Amino acid sequence: MTRQEKRTLRNGLGFVSPWFVGLSVFLLYPIIASFYFSLCEYSVLMKPQFIGLGNYADLFTDEVFWKALGNTLGYAAFALPLGVVVSLGLAILLNTGVRGMTVYRTIFFVPSLVPMVALAILWLWIFNGEHGVLNHVLGLIGIKGPGWLSDPFWAKPALVLLTLWGVGHAVVIYLAGLQSAPQQLYEAAELDGANWGQKVRHVTLPMVSPVILFNTIMGLIGVFQFFAVPYVMSPRGQPARSTYFFAMYLYDNAFSYLRMGYASAMAWIMFLIILVLTLLALKFSERLVYYEGG
Amino acid sequence: MLKPSRATALPSLMIAAVLVVATTTGCRHDGRSGGPITIDYWEKWTGFEGDAMRATVNAFNESQSRIHVNLLTVSQVDRKMLMATAGGIPPDVAGLWSSNVNVYADKNAVLCLDPYLKREGIGEQDFLPVFWDLCRHRGKTWALLTTPATIALHWNKRLFREAGLDPNRPPRTIEELDAFAEKLTTRDKDGKIVRMGFMPSEPGWWNWAWGYFFGGRMWDGKSKITANSPENIRAFEWVQSYSKKYGATALQTFQSGFGNFSSPQNAFLSETVAMEIQGVWMHNFISKYAPKLEWGAAPFPHPAGRPDLANVTDAEADVLVIPTGAKHPDEAFEFIRFVNSQGGSELLNMGQRKFTPLRKVSAEFLRKHPNPYIEVFIDLAKSKNAFSTPKLGMWNEYADEMNNAFDNLWLQKRAPKEALDIVQQRMQKKLDRGLRREARLEH
Repeated sequence: MTRQEKRTLRNGLGFVSPWFVGLSVFLLYPIIASFYFSLCEYSVLMKPQFIGLGNYADLFTDEVFWKALGNTLGYAAFALPLGVVVSLGLAILLNTGVRGMTVYRTIFFVPSLVPMVALAILWLWIFNGEHGVLNHVLGLIGIKGPGWLSDPFWAKPALVLLTLWGVGHAVVIYLAGLQSAPQQLYEAAELDGANWGQKVRHVTLPMVSPVILFNTIMGLIGVFQFFAVPYVMSPRGQPARSTYFFAMYLYDNAFSYLRMGYASAMAWIMFLIILVLTLLALKFSERLVYYEGG
Repeated sequence: MLKPSRATALPSLMIAAVLVVATTTGCRHDGRSGGPITIDYWEKWTGFEGDAMRATVNAFNESQSRIHVNLLTVSQVDRKMLMATAGGIPPDVAGLWSSNVNVYADKNAVLCLDPYLKREGIGEQDFLPVFWDLCRHRGKTWALLTTPATIALHWNKRLFREAGLDPNRPPRTIEELDAFAEKLTTRDKDGKIVRMGFMPSEPGWWNWAWGYFFGGRMWDGKSKITANSPENIRAFEWVQSYSKKYGATALQTFQSGFGNFSSPQNAFLSETVAMEIQGVWMHNFISKYAPKLEWGAAPFPHPAGRPDLANVTDAEADVLVIPTGAKHPDEAFEFIRFVNSQGGSELLNMGQRKFTPLRKVSAEFLRKHPNPYIEVFIDLAKSKNAFSTPKLGMWNEYADEMNNAFDNLWLQKRAPKEALDIVQQRMQKKLDRGLRREARLEH
């Protein structure tokens, strides 16, 4: 190595060091440490005590863990598909080339910029059983709305409804996908006499299928990290733990019950579940997703 | 002008970074340079409660020139102090809740104050017993007090008068409470509840505690959880009787219309609920949001057959601790001592409109106190039936479990006994496991 090369190498390493140090200190070390802690009884202040797989074994007999997991999966089962349908639907409508389209796009995107806590407080009032605007509107068309957040049956559906507020992000990604769909395919379909519905079904959906897959996987990850909104709206997961989600129980274990080890074990289980679901999504989508040029 | 070459760009960036770090950490006095020693104090309060503490801190800073207390308002102060202590950079003093004391003491997060107390001759003789006890754990003292609180039944005199009740006579037994509640409850022409006389789920902060009013306890102080004791079951049967009488769904709808606690839409302040259990602080919210409200405060009623259960109250306190690893523990204690002196304590508690945890109170403090019922709360603090949050390491979890049981029986999803049996079984299992692990660590 010449002197010049050595200096270049040194400078190069120097410039990547912020990234490298950041990655190892703030990401790699915590990941490894959390795995070690998941095998320990660890209350933050005392030295971790190694207990092997004790935390994992405890989790399997912990009713609250199963309840929180069930709530999360139940919520995901409705929130994810509904999110895809609504955001893709909006994207298709926004892609029709009506005048003033950029204005509409902005309008649909703006809500997703509202900070989570503000969003939660806002929806607390929208869902208010007595004075909420939602029940007021329902009342106008003769439906007596439930106590959305006080009824264990309606609390989860209410949260599913709420998440639709943030579809703006997904809409933007779908729009990008829609606009990259080649025009000649639509022209060919038109020549074959396809109507609007058939074009959506046979051209649009296959062309944006990779985007749907991407959004679904991101949504899946997001659902398991669903925390800020329910934590503000119902910190105990009330009523009767119907809105107690996985990330909330994890947080409570870590910071309220001071059982970092147990919380770390939950985090690793969360990671495994997301990994498995993502792999399943990739596997099942092989036949459904069309990659152009792939 | 000099153009930085590529070879000098990186070192200069690093130097700049070092400079930034140096200037932000270098501007404090630590006493060695002759100025006062600055100690950091983290406290949870905001608003007028925060102002009262700031005034107390200022009084301390002006009373001497050796120590300067730097008060910092920190939300979720218990969790943040814990993380800072674990990270080795705790404040010198932290303002926690009394329910943190035993947990943090067990985890070595706070310093034992006994050597200081012994030196200064401060101790049991200075404080009301129930509050002194909150500072103690395993025979040692880990905290001293700032502001204490007890809870009492608050009632709306105007609504009493409207319902044909004597506005100056609150209910004395649970049976009377139920009868008064029935009289005070009003419905609209469709039968929908517009006002409740009383409901055990409001404000919902003592959902776990109803057993105490019927003579129950949460554990035996050692190894046995007593969530499903006969007294507790009786208490929660009484709780559920409200949901049965007025309808779980009706109450749910009714309650979902309540506004935030700290707002004029608060159920008690907006006269939507006529009687409610609340703490000594309620007076502040009344004078802020509903100054015209005619109200009174009295000990919560006891079951008719159990006059020995008169004057049951939850006595809690805000406390000051010195986190383990604090840089200036001696100076921190100086400040804590000031807050616990009669002058400091009366200044702070007059500002927060509470009472002092001390045995000695000046006549002037009582005379000037804005809360007309302050002596009710002081008497309750002296009651033999005052209880506090159980000093159980897993209490937070236990309380969450109790809240869940409360929800289930309030919504009539479970019978009281069934709901409490579940709590009992889950928590006993956890306690057993905790005690086993503890025993193993000690050996």
